[in-house]
Amino acid sequence: MRYEAPETIDAAVALLGSVGRARPLAGGTDLLVQLRAGIVEPDLIVDLKKLPGLRTIAKEKGGFRIGAAVTGAELREHPDLRKVWPGVVEAANLIGSTQIQGRASLGGNLCNASPAADSVPALIAAGATVTIIGPGGQRELAVEAVASGPGKTILAKGEFVTSIFLPARPPRSADAYLRFIPRTEMDIAVVGCGVSLTLDQSGTCTAARVALGAVAERALLVAEAGAALIGSKLDAAAFEKLIAAARKACRPIDDKRGTKVFRIDIAGVLAQRTATIAAERARGQK
Amino acid sequence: MNDIPLAGTAPKAELKWVGTRGPRPDGLDKVTGRARYGADFRLPGMLVGRVLRSPHAHARIRGIDISKAAALPGVKAIVTRDDFRDMPSEFVPAGEMMVNYRDIVRNVMAREKALYEGHPVAAVAATSASIAREALSLIKVDYEVLPHVIDAAEAMRADAPLLDETMITAGVDPAPTKPSNVAKRMEFSTGDLKAGFAQADFVIERSFATKPVHQGYLEPHACLASVNEAGQAELWCTTQGHFVVRTHCAKLLDMEMSQIRVIATEIGGGFGGKTVVYLEPLALALSSKSKRPVKMVMTREEVFLSTGPTSGAHMKVKIGVRKDGKITAAEAELIYEAGAFQGSPVGPGCMCAFAPYEIENARVIGYDVISNRPKVAAYRAPGAPISEYAVECVIDELAQKLGLDPVEFRLKNGAKAGTRALYGPKFGPIGLVATLEAAKNHPHYSAPLGPNQGRGVASGFWFNIGGESCASLHINEDGSVTLMIGTPDIGGSRASMALMAAETLGIDVAHVRTLIADTDSIGYTFLTGGSRATFATGMATVDAAKAAIRQLCARAAKIWEISEDAVVWEDGHAKPAGQNAATFPPMSLAELAGKAGKTGGPISGHAEINAQGAGPSFGTHIVDVEVDKETGRVDIKRYTVIQDAGKAVHPGYVEGQFQGGAAQGVGWALNEEYVYGADGKLQNAGFLDYRMPVTSDLPMIDTVIVEIPNPAHPFGVRGVGETPIVPPMAAIANAISRAIGTRLCELPMSPPKVLKAMQAHKANGG
Ligand SMILES: Cc1cc2nc3c(=O)[nH]c(=O)nc-3n(C[C@H](O)[C@H](O)[C@H](O)COP(=O)(O)OP(=O)(O)OC[C@H]3O[C@@H](n4cnc5c(N)ncnc54)[C@H](O)[C@@H]3O)c2cc1C
Repeated sequence: MRYEAPETIDAAVALLGSVGRARPLAGGTDLLVQLRAGIVEPDLIVDLKKLPGLRTIAKEKGGFRIGAAVTGAELREHPDLRKVWPGVVEAANLIGSTQIQGRASLGGNLCNASPAADSVPALIAAGATVTIIGPGGQRELAVEAVASGPGKTILAKGEFVTSIFLPARPPRSADAYLRFIPRTEMDIAVVGCGVSLTLDQSGTCTAARVALGAVAERALLVAEAGAALIGSKLDAAAFEKLIAAARKACRPIDDKRGTKVFRIDIAGVLAQRTATIAAERARGQK
Repeated sequence: MNDIPLAGTAPKAELKWVGTRGPRPDGLDKVTGRARYGADFRLPGMLVGRVLRSPHAHARIRGIDISKAAALPGVKAIVTRDDFRDMPSEFVPAGEMMVNYRDIVRNVMAREKALYEGHPVAAVAATSASIAREALSLIKVDYEVLPHVIDAAEAMRADAPLLDETMITAGVDPAPTKPSNVAKRMEFSTGDLKAGFAQADFVIERSFATKPVHQGYLEPHACLASVNEAGQAELWCTTQGHFVVRTHCAKLLDMEMSQIRVIATEIGGGFGGKTVVYLEPLALALSSKSKRPVKMVMTREEVFLSTGPTSGAHMKVKIGVRKDGKITAAEAELIYEAGAFQGSPVGPGCMCAFAPYEIENARVIGYDVISNRPKVAAYRAPGAPISEYAVECVIDELAQKLGLDPVEFRLKNGAKAGTRALYGPKFGPIGLVATLEAAKNHPHYSAPLGPNQGRGVASGFWFNIGGESCASLHINEDGSVTLMIGTPDIGGSRASMALMAAETLGIDVAHVRTLIADTDSIGYTFLTGGSRATFATGMATVDAAKAAIRQLCARAAKIWEISEDAVVWEDGHAKPAGQNAATFPPMSLAELAGKAGKTGGPISGHAEINAQGAGPSFGTHIVDVEVDKETGRVDIKRYTVIQDAGKAVHPGYVEGQFQGGAAQGVGWALNEEYVYGADGKLQNAGFLDYRMPVTSDLPMIDTVIVEIPNPAHPFGVRGVGETPIVPPMAAIANAISRAIGTRLCELPMSPPKVLKAMQAHKANGG
């Protein structure tokens, strides 16, 4: 097994396309664990952390461009990011522990393609897009289009994610993320939920996106759940519809982490709780 | 033995060292990484040992072909079932345990069958880990996969797959004619059950189930073995009892005990699980074959797959009470899973079930059942937390039914000095009532509860044991003291021994250093378990110190030219007494040590005892929980442990034991369980999905040490290490039931189960 840490995007693309089993490496908090467990056996590991832009957070078009290898700790410490996207930052900061936070990245969380990845529902709710580079050039994709199933992405051979883009926000907008775990930390989401919404001056919801994690083979954007909120004052009736839509979208499995019935139940509970927090945050803005 | 007046026997108020909270002598090395645990030892030429484990829950092993693996360059030895002699099926004493070597030899290496996923089938020693791993993949095992059974209730069914075709249930008269998975039936009874229930105004009968839970020690099993051409062996291993390791290895490998020296390394937790052998006989066998040192370390996955959790159980408990709150009769049926080989702790489970109460008419029936999962090993108070959980839940429900405060109800029926326990003996002075009174008066018990919160109480009992221990105490030339003992230190016992030695000798504890001696350096000492170390080895330590004092007094008598019995030992000094009082200035231990060469040679004291009179320890726990009504998630808000320690030699470590038991109990109560697939394979062999509590799951656990001295111990010590894990499951279950208005009778009380119970309760109009 070979390790390379290229310093240009072109070199990285060339390396990743050159060998049969090549893997990008960001923080390694998934990859190294999988290596040790014998789940993956790459011939080449391409460390992305030295590539330009992969570890920076930049303002762009009123939004933020986040390098794919930026760590959870760096996201938390950014002076503006958490004010605008508190849900995305809290989701990323739920990953692992203090030690893991020093390594784990959004790009890794997304490309590892676990259906339970914490930051992914928050990014989907946020309407985030990713920039992908590869032998065929550069393309942009919505976050919800990246994972295709457990451990699987639509990335072609040689392709990797360079950055994640969080768009500009209208006033009175906020997001939130909650997950359900039996413990308080160091656990994998049994259900995760991200909500992002915008209110008008009267407090009516004008835009809303709801995403669920760990209830299907990949994180889901639940359009009906968002629609349940739009046009409402986020009252009890709207929440009833939200809960029903969230539960309806679930297609989970029974596994060691939770049962089908329980996951469907909890998806509704979390959707309501997450939307409530997002709404409070949006109302709290001047 | 002539009795010398000693500070150690003085009343409590005069104790200078026992009862203080000095720094932990092993603490510095542990927090700086200097301490050497099982995996930290290495020798020149050392090989890496790895185990090939059965991928099947139940399979006949038709053949094992090691030829390809043996031919791989770098492979220096391979062992399989052919390298171990078969043993007859008989229970023989090993220290205070009864063990069956027929089963031990099969558990360390599968013979006819693999009986659980992870059962060792072969072991390899190679020059590198990757060669060893490759060698394992080259061993061809011909398995005939058999139907498996995981749960004890299913294993008891007539059509269940049989693990052992020769197993006839013991304890049944007449003996069954057909084999089954039920190894043993046992019964304990007293009084007239029928008459007792006839007197009752209320009877409550409930069924309970618990899941096997792992001890969860942080340090995986590890050892380093080195056997030379003459057959002399050295073995470094992480264990609670290196003498017991020696006994087992000598037996399994046909070696004389004098040929095996076992060194107990620093240990990263055991909780009972490191009282058995797994890797050690394999490493010795591999080293013996290769004539090279062999190191073996389990992965966490191997620990979960192949080392002993404690039993899961199915239980029925029935208790009758009069309106005035007096229990008239109690009955229980306990089915415990033993894992692949017989020997679950159902015996102690039966004996402890009703031990906290004075009950005239009682019966407990127990069954020991085997199934296709790892053989259980001891886990703090083995057996007791399971049966007492079921009983304490019914006790709580009876208190509710009677409209009595649960502590008052326990006080009405609680065991006291003179109460005869169902398992035979009459209790001496015991502390149950004292812990209940302390609970009633604790501010926690009357603190207001918030919404969705509930408060639960439960009591618990464990016997504690004594047994064989040695201590050897050397007075060094400068007056410092080296104390050698044979019980590995898991909970701070080196410090406790030093405190007891310092108290007895009358010197500053800073001058006493305690070492865990290897099996060649001290006499046979039974393992650290049964909450015995501070009690039994403590007794040996005090005896050894007294023996040294006798010598010190004799040396002073010689210097003063007076008779030996005219010298007393006080405050670390020899003093002339009686008619010679004050004729000579007292001589300190250091002065006498400095002159030892001229007064007869080095001064040491040693003791070899079989400690009798272990004092049972009772505890009462109070816990507040908050239940998330929409998700079923339970949050532990406040927790108080109250327990009788007899005498807390080092109160900080006693509190640590209390807190640790409660923490493990929280996991057992709320989330820990083994998840098996339909294929009989374990799906959560790791800490991510085997959900032990993390620090943030727990509140600061409050403790109250009650001290009802054990008259058999010079300082009044009872063991404290096991009782703390007995009450938590029931206390938490009782708290949850009071928070949600309905009772769960199955562990773990994980969110899906709690949510379901609340939904069912609501549907029934609750
Ligand atoms: C103790 C522990 C606790 C954890 N807890 C959580 C948790 O609570 N929630 C959670 O969601 N996850 C958790 N994880 C998983 C992991 O930490 C996260 O998924 C993390 O975000 C992965 O990021 P990374 O940078 O370490 O990824 P890596 O391990 O470096 O990479 C992960 C995968 O993505 C690929 N990859 C990485 N970057 C790119 C890229 N830019 N383009 C294309 N492919 C790429 C890699 O090849 C690899 O397959 C935990 C892991 C550990 C060890």
